[in-house]
Amino acid sequence: MGSLVGVLFDGFAYGMLLFLLSVGLSVTLGMMNFVNLAHCSFAMVGGYVTVSLMNSFGWPFFATLPMAFLAAAAASVLLERTLYRRLYRASDLDQCLFTIGIVFISVAAAAYFFGTVQQSASMPSYLRGSVELMGVNFALYRAFLIGISLLITIILIASLEYTRFGAQVRAAVDNQRMARGLGIDVDRSFMITFALGGGLAGLGGALAVEIIGLDHAFAFTYLVYVLIVVAVGGLGSIGGSFAAAMVLGISDMAGKYYFPWLGAFLIYLVMVGLLMWRPAGLFGKR
Amino acid sequence: MRKILIGGSIAALLIAQAASAQQTVKVGLIMPYSGQFADTATQMDNAIKLYVKQKGDTVAGRRIELIRKDTGGVAPEVAKRLAQELVVRDKVDILAGFILTPNALAASDVSAEAKKFMVIMNAATSIITTRSPYSARTSVTPPQLNESFGTWARKTGIRRIYTMVSDFGPGIDAEGAFHRAFREAGGEIVGSVRFPMANPDFSAFVQRAKDLNPEAIYVWVPGGVQPAAIGRALSERGIDPRKTKVLGQGELTEEEARKSMGDASLGIITVYHYDHNHDSALNREFVKAFNAEYGGRNPNIYSIGGYDGMHLIYEALKKTGGNTDGDALIAAAKGMKWESPRGPIQIDPETRDIIQTVYIRRVEKVGGQPVNVEFDKIENVKDPVKARMKK
Amino acid sequence: MASASQYFAAQVRWRWLEIAFWLCALLPFVVTPTYLSLASQIAITALFALSLDLILGYAGIVSLGHAAYFGVGAYTAGIFSKFVWGEPLTGLFLSAVVAGIVGYATSHIIVRFRHLALIMLTLGLGLLLHEAANSAHWLTGGADGLQGVKIRPIFEQFRFDLYGRTAYAYSLAVLFVCFLASRRIIHSPFGLALRGIRENALRMPAIGAPSRAHLRKIYTISAVLAGIAGALLAQSTETVSLEVLSFGRSADVLVILILGGAGRLYGGILGAVIYMVARDQFSGITPAYWYFWIGLLLVAVVMFLPNGILGGLAKFFQRRT
Repeated sequence: MGSLVGVLFDGFAYGMLLFLLSVGLSVTLGMMNFVNLAHCSFAMVGGYVTVSLMNSFGWPFFATLPMAFLAAAAASVLLERTLYRRLYRASDLDQCLFTIGIVFISVAAAAYFFGTVQQSASMPSYLRGSVELMGVNFALYRAFLIGISLLITIILIASLEYTRFGAQVRAAVDNQRMARGLGIDVDRSFMITFALGGGLAGLGGALAVEIIGLDHAFAFTYLVYVLIVVAVGGLGSIGGSFAAAMVLGISDMAGKYYFPWLGAFLIYLVMVGLLMWRPAGLFGKR
Repeated sequence: MRKILIGGSIAALLIAQAASAQQTVKVGLIMPYSGQFADTATQMDNAIKLYVKQKGDTVAGRRIELIRKDTGGVAPEVAKRLAQELVVRDKVDILAGFILTPNALAASDVSAEAKKFMVIMNAATSIITTRSPYSARTSVTPPQLNESFGTWARKTGIRRIYTMVSDFGPGIDAEGAFHRAFREAGGEIVGSVRFPMANPDFSAFVQRAKDLNPEAIYVWVPGGVQPAAIGRALSERGIDPRKTKVLGQGELTEEEARKSMGDASLGIITVYHYDHNHDSALNREFVKAFNAEYGGRNPNIYSIGGYDGMHLIYEALKKTGGNTDGDALIAAAKGMKWESPRGPIQIDPETRDIIQTVYIRRVEKVGGQPVNVEFDKIENVKDPVKARMKK
Repeated sequence: MASASQYFAAQVRWRWLEIAFWLCALLPFVVTPTYLSLASQIAITALFALSLDLILGYAGIVSLGHAAYFGVGAYTAGIFSKFVWGEPLTGLFLSAVVAGIVGYATSHIIVRFRHLALIMLTLGLGLLLHEAANSAHWLTGGADGLQGVKIRPIFEQFRFDLYGRTAYAYSLAVLFVCFLASRRIIHSPFGLALRGIRENALRMPAIGAPSRAHLRKIYTISAVLAGIAGALLAQSTETVSLEVLSFGRSADVLVILILGGAGRLYGGILGAVIYMVARDQFSGITPAYWYFWIGLLLVAVVMFLPNGILGGLAKFFQRRT
């Protein structure tokens, strides 16, 4: 029983990481129907910012996190204002092709500036190691990850439900034309949401360095997992992304614990099963 | 009169061109310069460049020219096509490089058909050298490492062990080799598990291992991001390498992994054929030159495979007097013995595979950093799989 | 435009540009004889892209897992030659049949979904098949690839040689035959119905076109062609590795098709030529960073030639006249 708790804890932490990486894509896809496959490139920006600040400039880990967020958010806004705006009318396929081109460029740039070697940064000592409670080992870093992600989730949901901006975003997701008709500045809402989503991805990337590693191909490697979370959760839904990331993280862990011979099959089977049951996603509208 | 002059100069030009073409020895390097394995190619290519810089680019009166081709990762049809193009279009004399097994196997067909000397500088699966009679290997094979390790593990008193390997070719080979040798020496495998290839999170598997409370755990994961991840998973789930012995192949404690794991790596015992801390004058010089040339980065197994591979090419050419005929070069390569920065190595005259010393190392803190310290070794290890195939 | 049959006849007539294109496909034999291996791999990729075009460009099914059928074809051809007989044409036929069966089976699931769910389902099924092939390494050789694939000369005469002559002739011939078949299908009432489904799937049954049955049919045909392409690759290179089933391959062919222009029959072929030649050239110049230039190419194409190269060119010519 104790070992199950440990495994579930780790799965929960992994799921939280996936959530941070995916929530931005889910909301922007649901809101503007813009297929941004370069979403994980923003995560990469955050990761590299953290690693550079810590290794080259000696910044403490916590100080780099807001910077990772801001850098990724800034990159998102820059990309959105200059290039993505022109593609809102373009077909889905063109958006795919364009953003994949951006991924290629970002991966090559990462390899050029940071080399192909895997990046690492030493976590502060109070985050390393594990603590033993009732016979189960809980990794401190994972606990931290869970804490931060829950905090962010609460802030996100609260702002979505209780602020005017949140109401505007919800309106735009539900029915864009109507929202415009009511005088809501959808473009501005979108720009801010895009920045937020990108920033969160950047934060996720920074936090991921310790758990899943960072190298120049990160933008490709994790794209599949992020797409799975977004599809299973439902477009435009924060709660959906959260639930999907949870389900996937935990079923992946529990599956590997109880049925190790199933290995990677489980996460794909779960995805296929959930999508066949709920094609619009767990909390999706369309 | 003018016609003779023009004809004569054209002839002279052609002869000169042919002669100068004869003066260069072209070596085609096929490696995954881009993609997820790019770092291995970077390390190998750097060592190759270092060798050429140190020994000069002329051998036996002929200039060495390197032509680089990228496979992008595992892509045997691309590797085969690139090998074909190197032979047919660029007219290379020697094929070299090869990090990934499927690519090496595919290119071996070209080497065999075109009768070109081929040097495999990393790809590890045992059967590769049997695919072309013109190929030689300067890296290692997993059975060389893991069978020696299995026997050694039992010898040092471990009786029961739990194994965890990645579920793909090299991992399964390593598992098979280790199990075989460990059992033959009288040990017992209490359980084994295979992780899926693309595995971001090892917690569940490590917990399963811990539940069985084994005396020792054997781990095999491919290099890259996984060693650090599993190292951390082991420490997070409460497995202390100093109490439960953690054994693995060298990738587990390669440089980036040790840096990432930090103190969690102390006490892990691994088997490998090269570490940049190997204590020999030749190696110290090599590492120093590598550091100086490449921004302080240390050489690893890809580097040493490339470095020794170039040495093999140079020495074989010296022996044949610059003759690049495939039969001549492979005959020259067979049995060649030399002292490499990793230790003494030899190319087996029968299998054309490498014979070398296998080292057992433990991670210890030296100068404040976790470092692989060699504390035991097994000498003159041949590839056991091919040795058994013969019988 | 008088009657339906006249309309179809007009569509099916060969334009001189098309004839010129296929004649140019013969040029590499003469002009660039050392590039025939690359040419044969381009032809194979073109066939694979064409198969994807049938479902994506004409029926509106976006698939991120099409490599599944490519891989099934490749492994069938490889396993057949290893365990039974190395004759290439029988292997090709068998691969087509097996891929078709797998395609037909999966089509029942695929046609019931749309939008993102459809894309992710195709992705999921592709990934599952990739994992299965990795696990079944007793059959597939696992990560090391299938060993022992030996292909006999075609008609016992034409060996697969070092220069790639036989490989290119074989791939080009098969591509042409499959192209003719696809062309026939597209310019038929069935093809028109597909385009109708792509535009408005809900309305089609109202005018008597059974959407799902049509979609299953074209999906199966597409799987057959993809399987043939895979078999061609396995046979002409005598290698099969897990990579033929990978997400990377599915993503590549999607990029190639969109680049060339989906729904225009030649889009896949053009996309394959441009992408693979560009990649080969960039790779020769900068082996480590070629994908930067490819990324730039993709971005530029979308900015200046919307709907792929053929789409952009069509618009350009339309504006001129």
